[in-house]
Amino acid sequence: MPMTASEIEAMILAEFPDAAVEIRDLAGDGDHYAARVVSASFAGMSRVRQHQAIYAALKGKMGTDLHALQLETIVPSGDH
Amino acid sequence: MTDAATRIGDLVKTNDVVLFMKGTPLFPQCGFSSRAIAILDRLGATYETVDVLQDPEIRQGIKAYSDWPTIPQLYVKGEFVGGSDIMMEMFESGELQQLVTAEA
Repeated sequence: MPMTASEIEAMILAEFPDAAVEIRDLAGDGDHYAARVVSASFAGMSRVRQHQAIYAALKGKMGTDLHALQLETIVPSGDH
Repeated sequence: MTDAATRIGDLVKTNDVVLFMKGTPLFPQCGFSSRAIAILDRLGATYETVDVLQDPEIRQGIKAYSDWPTIPQLYVKGEFVGGSDIMMEMFESGELQQLVTAEA
């Protein structure tokens, strides 16, 4: 079952209220997205941990409902 | 430890650079796996691949092993490095080159 961009954004924001989230629908099919998440809470975390934190926020939907999510996590400049 | 975890442990310990992917380097079955292979080839890395589509036990097991929900997954010297997005970021920053060619 695919997800909408706003559902993805809402799930990420629920865990990372400070985040700037940008979702792009890559293929226009509601199944291939790119997400760019900027949050100060990523500071000090490895890239793997940052992505894992997003996957955790998506509560098991990644790899099931959501097959294709290109993910970019960013620490705001000045925070690291 | 499950049987799959033991097998995965052996694979990542006996190969310096190993990519768990969908399909093979010549015929990747997913855009993300294809991108991962393109990055490794561009770096001139020597690597092994495991086609998870041929092995349902590994396909499920690898997600638990790394606590990572998607494939491809890259391991270097037994350590989980990340999926294709992280590989791309590390490729662009030059970090991946250092990691996969440190032996040479």
